[in-house]
Amino acid sequence: MRQIAVISGKGGTGKTVVTAALASLAKNKVMVDCDVDAADLHLLLHPEIKERHEFRGGLTAVIDKKLCKECGKCAQVCRFGSVNPDFSIEPFSCEGCALCGYICPYGAIRMEENVAGEWFVSDTEYGPFVHAKLGIAEENSGKLVAKIRQAARELAVKQALDYVIIDGPPGIGCPVIASLSGVDSALVVTEPTLSGLHDARRVMEVAEYFHVPVKLAVNKCDLNPIMTEKIEGFCRERNVPVVGKIAFDEMVVKALVARKNIIDYARCAAAEELSKIWEMLKN
Amino acid sequence: MIISIASGKGGTGKTTVAVNLALSLKNAQFLDCDVEEPNAHIFLKPRISGEKKASIPVPEVDKVKCTYCGKCRDICAYHAIAVLPANDNKKGSILTFPHLCHGCGACSLLCPQGAIKEINQEIGAIEIGEKGDMQFIHGRLNIGEAMSPPLIRQVKEYINATRTVIVDAPPGTSCPVIMAVKGSDFCVLVTEPTPFGLNDLILAVNVLRKLNIPFGVVINRSDIGDGKVEDYCDKENIPILMNIPFSREIAVGYSEGVPIVEKDASYRDKFVNLYTNICSIKNETNSRN
Repeated sequence: MRQIAVISGKGGTGKTVVTAALASLAKNKVMVDCDVDAADLHLLLHPEIKERHEFRGGLTAVIDKKLCKECGKCAQVCRFGSVNPDFSIEPFSCEGCALCGYICPYGAIRMEENVAGEWFVSDTEYGPFVHAKLGIAEENSGKLVAKIRQAARELAVKQALDYVIIDGPPGIGCPVIASLSGVDSALVVTEPTLSGLHDARRVMEVAEYFHVPVKLAVNKCDLNPIMTEKIEGFCRERNVPVVGKIAFDEMVVKALVARKNIIDYARCAAAEELSKIWEMLKN
Repeated sequence: MIISIASGKGGTGKTTVAVNLALSLKNAQFLDCDVEEPNAHIFLKPRISGEKKASIPVPEVDKVKCTYCGKCRDICAYHAIAVLPANDNKKGSILTFPHLCHGCGACSLLCPQGAIKEINQEIGAIEIGEKGDMQFIHGRLNIGEAMSPPLIRQVKEYINATRTVIVDAPPGTSCPVIMAVKGSDFCVLVTEPTPFGLNDLILAVNVLRKLNIPFGVVINRSDIGDGKVEDYCDKENIPILMNIPFSREIAVGYSEGVPIVEKDASYRDKFVNLYTNICSIKNETNSRN
């Protein structure tokens, strides 16, 4: 079984459109949407949910007003500024360390586990799909990513699947690290802009830091051919294979608006290039 | 006034709106809080005058005082400490994992032996500079570092409320975004008229409603896609503050790090107009409350 993650550093470079194309091209696989903050892959895969699971994230402190004597010790020790002046807890900033509870002389603070989201195992016309929905303004997205990746791996083992294909989140922080850890390779999708290169470079450094081999594809490569060449040059220096260059194709936008996978939507240049990318990725 | 620019979905044009808005105002202060992938400097090209390392406190154990009782391991909510107790002929051992540490200070405060002190662990850097009359500050998270919120918090300590503060937020809807937009007087949500744009806009709207921050929407590449974002905003009574139609010239300028207002000066008025729109909505909400 091979695990392949699609990442980008910069948001909006086309990760999800590329991942959806891979869903159509790869056989015998499970798809995973690890962008749990702003999950979009389901919009193209049209899942039928088979299993729903609660995701319990971290803990949040709760002050029992009946026991609280308003001594203020909790506010003194809290590093996250989560104790309001009226001795209630601000749940968005509480990181669940429980120090306030240990320090409170009156035992007035307890920790409550919060349901921080939900995750699903679904069927799609492309095979099984594991995805999630993080609750509104919740934390612990890295933990949720780890959870659904584990579920996808177990499913892949049980059904003897060949691939786990992961749609990763943007950025380089905890959900990205959780999406990358232990994968066999990562595909970086970028665009020929200074921001695209800047961000791709940082996320490639993260992949290198965690010893994940990287390949790169340039989306909308014709927007700025000179930048595309620069990105290719950068990849050559780092021995990163450029596995594809996708020119802007109106069909991609049309397919997206129709909520269709580009491979199934139209025989177009972008679809052809994506097929080539999959051939380069699969081994 | 503090105006944050957020989006839910990445790549919709947060930085474009933030940069051009700041360039169209006088005496703005720009805070790039997308510390994982800070890009505003590419467009603003500020003169950087200072750099400060950003760090969080992590535990350091004094192995002479430590009795390997394991209390620190038991209280650490982040599993950042492992302890093997001493037995008959072997000394115990203790390990800390600074990457997992949130810097809450519980271990050092609660250690019965007073064996844990805190040392600073670098997580990134903050750079300060200027572009004309604009003050510029951004944070840059170190590679391999998982937690961006403490760095975002430290960037926001530079907020100077006597200026118009523009906060460029990271994409998404979880802790880094909340840390970036919290405390804003107004939030601009930048989206695009596609199913992805709409889906993630709805998530972002829910976050802002929960945080009780007034907001409006800017639709970027407004003529590519469908009309469902507009329909949604109509239905939900969300003000559409500005439409930016797709322009190849703007896109190419973007790819080279050139702000819209430098490609097409007529946009300066449009961004001033965006600011005026924000102010009048803000005043309305103030008088209603």
